[in-house]
Amino acid sequence: MSTMLQTEDLRYAYPGEEGAETVALDGVTLSIERGSFVVVLGHNGSGKSTLAKTFNAVLLPSGGKVYVDGMDTGDEALLLEIRRRVGMVFQNPDNQIVANVVEEDVAFAPENLGVPTEEIRRRVDDALAAVGMADFTLYAPHLLSGGQKQRIAIAGVLAMRPECIVLDEATAMLDPAGRREVLDAVERLHAEQGITVVLITHHMNEAERADRVLVMNDGRLAMDGAPREVFSRAEELAAMGLAVPDTVALLRRLRAGGMDVPTDAVTVDECVDAILREF
Amino acid sequence: MLKDITLGQYFPGNTPAHRLDPRTKLLAVVFYIVAVFSCHSAWAYILTALVLALSARVSKVGARALFRGLKPVLFIIAFTALLNLFYTPGEELARLWLLRVTREGVWTAAAMMTRITLLITGTFLLTYTTSPIQLTDGLEALLGPLKRLRVPVHELAMMMSIALRFIPTLIEETDKIMSAQKARGADFESGGLARRARALIPLLVPLFVSAFRRADELATAMECRCYHGGEGRTKLHVLRFAARDYLALLFYLALAAGIIVFD
Repeated sequence: MSTMLQTEDLRYAYPGEEGAETVALDGVTLSIERGSFVVVLGHNGSGKSTLAKTFNAVLLPSGGKVYVDGMDTGDEALLLEIRRRVGMVFQNPDNQIVANVVEEDVAFAPENLGVPTEEIRRRVDDALAAVGMADFTLYAPHLLSGGQKQRIAIAGVLAMRPECIVLDEATAMLDPAGRREVLDAVERLHAEQGITVVLITHHMNEAERADRVLVMNDGRLAMDGAPREVFSRAEELAAMGLAVPDTVALLRRLRAGGMDVPTDAVTVDECVDAILREF
Repeated sequence: MLKDITLGQYFPGNTPAHRLDPRTKLLAVVFYIVAVFSCHSAWAYILTALVLALSARVSKVGARALFRGLKPVLFIIAFTALLNLFYTPGEELARLWLLRVTREGVWTAAAMMTRITLLITGTFLLTYTTSPIQLTDGLEALLGPLKRLRVPVHELAMMMSIALRFIPTLIEETDKIMSAQKARGADFESGGLARRARALIPLLVPLFVSAFRRADELATAMECRCYHGGEGRTKLHVLRFAARDYLALLFYLALAAGIIVFD
């Protein structure tokens, strides 16, 4: 497998008042494989959103390097190609929809890229079908639910034919049903089109879908591993202000109560199996 | 479906008028306005009114909808008519103390009222049959040549369509803030004008703050989707003139030319 995203000793500081700086990223080195599904966890201010924004050159590193598919994000000539390959979906669905008709909004990115008209049409239809919004082509976005708007935003990114999608707390403003819709759509894209997914979140339960979990703390990469590996270190997570997913929390309490269950079953199904095995 | 947005002006439909290219309709309105301003005689006004009635008929816009647009300007129309009625010199018809009504005055007042009515209903017909997005596209295309004079045509069109896109979002937000303030005892309805204006301040401040934050986020999101100005941009919907567009243009051009030449 080749590397999709790579950072080398990445540092980023937000300029503050009177020359003071707030260090948001303090030496992060990591690489994300093509086709993987990575969840980035961390409490507010841990640097996870800043990290996401360096992945497609919205923020340029104050120190160190970021490579997208081997391309240095600091190279201005590669800017459009980098942004085309790494699509970004943000938190507030209302603030990333540009047009007042769904299809026009999805067409925005390919229009910017100078894609020919017939090809735009094809991409718009494909992208809307891929997120299950094909019936809403001519709707006004403000009449849709949060989850639907966020799926339109994902379709808008898909129309660039990206290789990687970064979701920066894209489910934070949604209700549970909307969150499910969006995560299911993302999971489908990952499974069917092999798109690399980087999901930034503070909902621990969303991490069960990942094949790798990164935990950010104070601008540093604190943990890196498979979900069950990371969540077995509950005490360390708690020290960083993070809880384990409900499934792991339940198993830990059962174990503390004297039941001999493993504590590394992250998904609901695994959790159910683990408990049933005791009867 | 809901291509309808925001201003409550556009009536979605599929009449020949709706299917016309927005550029055609914009130009037709320009010709129509020229015609209205060139009218002098009664028959010219009647002809223009007939053309308007025909256009409304083709657009399937009813008389009530057509005249609804006049409501906000009713006062101006009445005021203009009154001024013309009393201050036009000429043959005296009636006299009330200082005010004299002349034959010429009656004619000018009637002509003025007709002119304003024709102008407003005509332009409303444009917005009734053309969605805001089509209007912006049409304007951008028509003003395209001005790009050579460094007029930021694309940027203006983009600003206009984003503004239209955010009207419902901001209205929704205003409602939310208003409810929140009312829940804490704010009073937006009572008191005089000054007091009511002052009551709006706690509404406007958070609205502005949030509008700026939205603008900032939207700009980032647009950059992430490779927006880099109008250069090299293609379109999902390309505007194309069809035979009906040429016919319509010719029709309105003939109206304007006819009235200028014969009247």
